[in-house]
Amino acid sequence: MSHAAESAYDAPAILKEVKPTALPRATLVENNRSFGWITDKICGIIEGKTPTWWWVCFVVACFVASFTVAGLTYLVATGVGVWGHANPVNWAWDIVNFVFWIGIGHAGTLISAILCLLRQKWRTSINRAAEAMTIFAVVCAAIFPVFHVGRVWFAWYLFPIPNSNYIWQNFRSPLEWDVFAVSTYGTVSVLFWYVGLLPDLAILRDRFTAAGNRLRGWLYGFFAMGWRGSNRHWSNYEMAYLILAGISTPLVLSVHTIVSFDFAVSLIPGWHTTIFPPYFVAGAIFSGFGMVLTLMLPLRAIYGLQDLITQYHIDCMCKITLATGTIVGYAYGMEFFIAWYGANPYEGFAFINRAFGHYAWAYWIMISCNVITPQFFWFKKVRQNTTLVWVLSIFVNVGMWFERFVIIVTSLARDFLPSSWGYYSPSIVEIFTFFGTFGVFSVLFLLFIRFLPIMPMAELKAVLPQADPHGHGGTGHGTSDRSH
Amino acid sequence: MAAQPYGLVAVFDTAPAVYHAAETVRDAGYKCWDCITPFPIHGLDRAMGLRRSKVPRISLVGGVLGFVTGMSMIWFTNAHDYPLIVGGKPYFSPMFAFPVAYELTILFTAFATIGGMFLLNRLPMHYHPVLKSDHIVRGLDDKFLVVIEARDPKFNLAATRALLERAGGREITALEA
Repeated sequence: MSHAAESAYDAPAILKEVKPTALPRATLVENNRSFGWITDKICGIIEGKTPTWWWVCFVVACFVASFTVAGLTYLVATGVGVWGHANPVNWAWDIVNFVFWIGIGHAGTLISAILCLLRQKWRTSINRAAEAMTIFAVVCAAIFPVFHVGRVWFAWYLFPIPNSNYIWQNFRSPLEWDVFAVSTYGTVSVLFWYVGLLPDLAILRDRFTAAGNRLRGWLYGFFAMGWRGSNRHWSNYEMAYLILAGISTPLVLSVHTIVSFDFAVSLIPGWHTTIFPPYFVAGAIFSGFGMVLTLMLPLRAIYGLQDLITQYHIDCMCKITLATGTIVGYAYGMEFFIAWYGANPYEGFAFINRAFGHYAWAYWIMISCNVITPQFFWFKKVRQNTTLVWVLSIFVNVGMWFERFVIIVTSLARDFLPSSWGYYSPSIVEIFTFFGTFGVFSVLFLLFIRFLPIMPMAELKAVLPQADPHGHGGTGHGTSDRSH
Repeated sequence: MAAQPYGLVAVFDTAPAVYHAAETVRDAGYKCWDCITPFPIHGLDRAMGLRRSKVPRISLVGGVLGFVTGMSMIWFTNAHDYPLIVGGKPYFSPMFAFPVAYELTILFTAFATIGGMFLLNRLPMHYHPVLKSDHIVRGLDDKFLVVIEARDPKFNLAATRALLERAGGREITALEA
């Protein structure tokens, strides 16, 4: 290096300290809300009088749920033959609905686990409700395979419990893997949700006790486990939360991977493909975000949560829907390409049959809902119109149900032996059972929004600017300002 | 004279205030004390002089146990207790046992993590002097508390009160044991 150059660049080649440019951060809570405002807002939903709309929705949801009860009662009393399943379509609606519901659950875990690891702080205002959605979706999903075993009172044969026949499960079967994947998923989702609820239950305990409602104070207190906000506890709590996020991430990816193994490990044309695991995971997240939008947008409007679920949050959710929807669209295209490129006549036929055969109507519903619908989210104008976003999210839900229908039914209805080909239609019992699960889901979700904090208060407070212990937040009000 | 109190509690209004107060109390050499905050404050562990949480060790034990349980369960059921012939393949291979062992690893880790968190935090503890205080409602809501326990060897009612006052604490009161 010459002398001239040295004098021109006085600064050392390697800086002792690099000061990153301050990037403008998105405001996660609008209107400079205080800590106290968040507590009052979220607790107020639970402490207030039960709104009339809640009762109306609850009664309707119970009525709808009764369809599942009726369908299942009839099934158990008569036999699994009352469903429209017949050779070769032995899976049909039952497994369609199972995969549909379990897929919906995946967005909840994505939000709570993967976005936590990626330090996406916008997750805080939607993660509680999304995790609740996960758990209730798993409940709805579990109904189907459990009853599909035929004699439901033998469903415990799915688990390795010693029985009088002295035989064990076949652990080579992906269906057995699924038993473990789904039951682990349900359990870990509940645990994760509960850990997140702990500090909020403590707030409710103290508020209800202070307000003189001893029963509810006691109940919340029981589940709050004596949480007292100690920083020595927070230290372990945060570590535990991080580990749970760390293990839930591979869990959520593995669950839908294993669900896709149910298909991919078989030899049926249209199922026996290696693209299934990533394709199913993307589809699951896509459908789950569709459902998150379907649920959160009305909640936001009803409870006036615009400061907590901001346009930025909606943008983020729409963009994830767009990204995963596009991945799904790519997978549809790639399936076709490989069917042609692989030069397997059965595989080729399966795909031509999907698009132009007896079930072409289902295929094109799927394509329009899953590939075309999310493309609207490219446009800011669309994302800012919450009504339109909500309507589009419904299309996503419908499309993802049809995706599972197309995969399962078209492949099974046209298997290797033309003599066994058939056209599958559901029976009224299946329709009842599936329709009713929306009621089951709604009943559980309505109970959740009535009795539990729909947003994690502690986590929301932690993303406020005034939560920064070094005072970099600056702009926040005094923390004692509780004005609404 | 009243019985020995559990300790002294001071209220702070902002996150930076409690952060600096924690540093002051730590530097004064107290050991049995705590901060009560509505949310985990970034860096407060270090300001309090806390060491890294031990939860991961318990999680690791859970994870290893889960994996071993999964593998040995499948070996026992499919290869030892009732050898099952499927497709003429070996009775046991870690390959087909992997998905189930993997899920059980995660399941056991989750239980160990949560169990470990409760164990290390000595929860559930439904009765605690801090919970009796009127301050706790606000300590979980929008205020920040520092509690110094009377069992700390350095505890002295007057000196500790002065320390908390110097650190900027308000409404310093004794907690009933």
